Amino acid sequence: MNLEIVEIISHYHLAEFNLDFARIAPSIPFILTGLVITLKFTLISAFFGFLWGTILSLFKISSLKPLYWFGLAYTSVFRGTPLLVQLSLIYFATPQLTGYNISGFEAGVITFSLNSGAYISEVIRAGILAIDKGQTEAAMSLGVTYRPMMIDVILPQAIKNILPALVNESIALLKDSALVSTIGAQDLLRRAQIVGAEKYVYFEPLLMVAVIYYLMVMILTVSSTILENRLRRSS
Amino acid sequence: MSDNSDNNVAIRIDSLVKSFGSLQVLKEISTEIKRGEVVAMIGPSGSGKSTFLRCLNLLEMPTSGKIYIDGIEITNPKTDVMKMRQNVGMVFQHFHLFPHMTVLRNIMYAPMKVKQISEEKARQKASELLARVGLAEKANVYPSKLSGGQKQRVAIARALAMEPDIMLFDEPTSALDPEMVKEVLDVMKGVTESGMTMAVVTHEMGFAREVADRILFLDGGCIAEDATPDEFFTSPKSDRAKQFLEKIL
Ligand SMILES: Nc1ncnc2c1ncn2[C@@H]1O[C@H](COP(=O)(O)OP(=O)(O)OP(=O)(O)O)[C@@H](O)[C@H]1O
Ligand SMILES: [Mg+2]
Repeated sequence: MNLEIVEIISHYHLAEFNLDFARIAPSIPFILTGLVITLKFTLISAFFGFLWGTILSLFKISSLKPLYWFGLAYTSVFRGTPLLVQLSLIYFATPQLTGYNISGFEAGVITFSLNSGAYISEVIRAGILAIDKGQTEAAMSLGVTYRPMMIDVILPQAIKNILPALVNESIALLKDSALVSTIGAQDLLRRAQIVGAEKYVYFEPLLMVAVIYYLMVMILTVSSTILENRLRRSS
Repeated sequence: MSDNSDNNVAIRIDSLVKSFGSLQVLKEISTEIKRGEVVAMIGPSGSGKSTFLRCLNLLEMPTSGKIYIDGIEITNPKTDVMKMRQNVGMVFQHFHLFPHMTVLRNIMYAPMKVKQISEEKARQKASELLARVGLAEKANVYPSKLSGGQKQRVAIARALAMEPDIMLFDEPTSALDPEMVKEVLDVMKGVTESGMTMAVVTHEMGFAREVADRILFLDGGCIAEDATPDEFFTSPKSDRAKQFLEKIL
């Protein structure tokens, strides 16, 4: 292509978009504080989601019918309704029902833990069912009772197998966490919007947080790949 | 304790029936196994040998009938099944070692968890057992690094670590390459010498003949023949046993 034309085009584009990060530079620390909140939010939700998902998965393989049906119905409801609806319900219904003035962050953690618990329980359930029945029988034949058998024998093997799926779940959680900006939590996205509204520049702060989200997802993806390879080598 | 506590009887089986749906696999089996007795169970595929063995530690729940171990009726719902299982070791065709634990941990796990034995004692006991099955140098290796024969020897050590009075073996050498069969059978022979009560489902006729005190020949869910190895291998009474022996010998 002709050099002259390239120059004209790029000049035209620059003039059109007029990216100006200098104007938001003073607000960058403000936005980065949102990153801390987003990460905290994701970590706490992933932690409780994992615990709750483990318990739910045990319900779903339980021979106790009430537990089994509860696990099934629970999963069905949480997977069958939009996350944003669940989030709004908990945020707006909690004060109305209990009088407790719940913060956006708290409502977010509760919703995301309950929601990812449903998804994670499916993953763990599949992981448990994939473990050879012989493992259970070997443990039982040694007189090991259900609880230690699950904790020491079955779950460690199941979780090792489903680790990639669990990382994927955390990635989804991280990205979905942007939804809490709709209920006033001061996360990464919300802060970018605030800066945009103050300075009348929307593109730069939003582009910046998009890049941050992407980088975080990439870090998780790459570490999961490394972990996976290491696990594969060890087994 | 009931009137069934004949001190010489380790296991008493009374009209044991096991059905899977409409398929009746065990048809009113009754027999006794004496303390220290080594019983080899043989028979054609599908005759119910595994099911029978697995009923003895309630890995399969009998449909009807009673099983007594040391005079205690284990088929009674009130009996503590886990307690009973501590006293009845089992060795599986496919080993079922815990893949995420080292060999030593595999052996130490149940004594520590179930019997609350200290880590130190469990480790010592596990090392002794490993030496006894000839694998002292494999203590800190993961099961995936072992050959089939080595895995099975570890599995035997793992069961022995609970110090059971009774050991059940379900085709312990059937999944092994031929050159590894002997090392496992040798370990099993060693176990018989300790006076262990053993029920062994096997296709190793040489082993059954040499080591067993008694042969149970199962056919179609019934004990078709109950005899000493000599009687069974030289002059089987039933036609089914004759056919079976002709086929495999
Ligand atoms: N869990 C189960 N559900 C349904 N049928 C079963 C089950 N376990 C065993 N059976 C059936 O019971 C019959 C006896 O099986 P079993 O495994 O006891 O035989 P076996 O004598 O051990 O045979 P093999 O020598 O092949 O191991 C077979 O017809 C088998 O298909
Ligand atoms: Mg079998």
